[in-house]
Amino acid sequence: MINIVYRLKSPKFFEESIDEIELDGVVVRPTYMSICQADQRYYQGSRPAEILDKKLPMALIHEAIGEVVFDSEGNFKSGDKVVMIPNTPCGEDVCRANYSYKSKFRGSGFDGFTSDLIKLESDRVVKLPEDFNNYVSSFIELMSVAYQGITKFDSIAITPKSRLGVWGDGNLGFITALFLKETYPQSKIIVFGKHQDNLNLFSFADEIYRIHDVPDDLAIDHGFECVGSSASQTAIEQIIDLINPQGTVNLFGVSEYPVPINTRMILEKGLTVQGNSRSEREDFIGVVRLLSENPQLFDYLEKLITNVCEINSLNDLKEAFDRDSISKFGKTILKWNK
Amino acid sequence: MIFAAILAGGIGSRMGGTDTPKQFLNLGDKPVIIHTIEKFVINSKIDKIIVLTPQSFINHTNHLIGEYIGERDDIIVIEGGETRNDTIMNSITYVDENFGIDDDSIIITHDSVRPFVTHRIIEDNIVAAKRYGACDTVIPATDTIVESINGTTIESIPVRDYFYQGQTPQSFNIKKLFNLINSLTEEESNILTDACKIFTLKDEDVYLVDGEVTNIKITYPYDLKLANTILEDSHD
Repeated sequence: MINIVYRLKSPKFFEESIDEIELDGVVVRPTYMSICQADQRYYQGSRPAEILDKKLPMALIHEAIGEVVFDSEGNFKSGDKVVMIPNTPCGEDVCRANYSYKSKFRGSGFDGFTSDLIKLESDRVVKLPEDFNNYVSSFIELMSVAYQGITKFDSIAITPKSRLGVWGDGNLGFITALFLKETYPQSKIIVFGKHQDNLNLFSFADEIYRIHDVPDDLAIDHGFECVGSSASQTAIEQIIDLINPQGTVNLFGVSEYPVPINTRMILEKGLTVQGNSRSEREDFIGVVRLLSENPQLFDYLEKLITNVCEINSLNDLKEAFDRDSISKFGKTILKWNK
Repeated sequence: MIFAAILAGGIGSRMGGTDTPKQFLNLGDKPVIIHTIEKFVINSKIDKIIVLTPQSFINHTNHLIGEYIGERDDIIVIEGGETRNDTIMNSITYVDENFGIDDDSIIITHDSVRPFVTHRIIEDNIVAAKRYGACDTVIPATDTIVESINGTTIESIPVRDYFYQGQTPQSFNIKKLFNLINSLTEEESNILTDACKIFTLKDEDVYLVDGEVTNIKITYPYDLKLANTILEDSHD
């Protein structure tokens, strides 16, 4: 069937494109989306030129929910509210599918969600309760990244989890700290950030510190780096400095640059460094369960919403990206009417 | 109930160079009309899809639907009429004879040669037709509109901001449309080329639904060539 896809042709320039989809899976109409920093890097043209040349034109956005329009297998009913999984495995592998070279990722290796309709395999769609807040649900994908990182952390951490440090006062830091508090209610969650205004929103955390104002005797058992870019370096440095022996350093922040790390202290303390990127079906299911069982989380997560933009035209989409780029904190939500 | 009427009654005198109406020519690897019908098939809100073709193409259309979409009892192929409004009237008569016309039923009328219609446009038509009784799908006019009565000199150049280009679907409350058509004088009938015009002639509001620049009508050989090129481009 013919489908209309709205692609980024070159930085800051969207265009309508015509595509075809087969009616042999689940067809979803996107309803609410959320802009991620990765989308913003394509839109602004801040990825290396050879990457932009290779990947564009491409539809952006990998965080979205929608309504089922059609399901050839009958697992979903028309109108079902669902979250879509952007990671798309293309073959078996020995590792998790979100780390497999055989997987493709929407809005990175192929078209993201800005289109009239989206065709997905049945296992790339997870049903949501009808009463889930649409704005918050639109960034479940981001929550699923934090969730899978915490799940992996749980399986490798061998020392106590009494004091968990989260670096980064942005969206991912907020979600990771919130989910850690929910998962380990007995643990102290300590957040380290640069911006006091942002840190003030972490009211659920046990302690908050500005990175340049940390007590000398402070120590943590495990660290979560949610900073990214060139600032990753100082965050990782501080984690290694404050962490107790045999702790885990969980990295989430994406950097365009190679980041030097103090390996001497990693050796001396016997630390485990674990990388985290993207997520898989079980993480989406885990987040949906977590939110269902703890509906109070929606109130906290709503604090992250800083812009809500109705998208009726490609110009609206452009304006939404421009607004998002000047927001210092929070998520820009797109109500997709296009 | 919600009905869709796919208007494929035209013989395509403007297409030139072929005896096959343009809706039956291939766009990619399927006939144009199949691409169009698929957009309505996946919409579960639509109860029946009535496809209106020239009498000589009814069997052909049924075969195509069987081949590309499969046998379905929610798609019916019947004969269209002489004019566009006759074709719409045939679909309403079919609804009346087989299901009856109640107060709430609506019909989404769509050109079979607009295969690029989006799910969003169809959904917006359903909402607008149910709420307001009539709607038309339009995009703002981009070219300056020039009026000339004698075909030689300009009579006027209207303000472009007030002008839109009509696309389809056009959707209506069936009862309202049926009553309005039956109230037309013969003189009025003769000048009506557009179903929405019936509403405006009778001082009934027709609401605007945002169309898409991609929702093009395949009228000329050039359009089909262009559409095929765009589709091939998406497969690269």
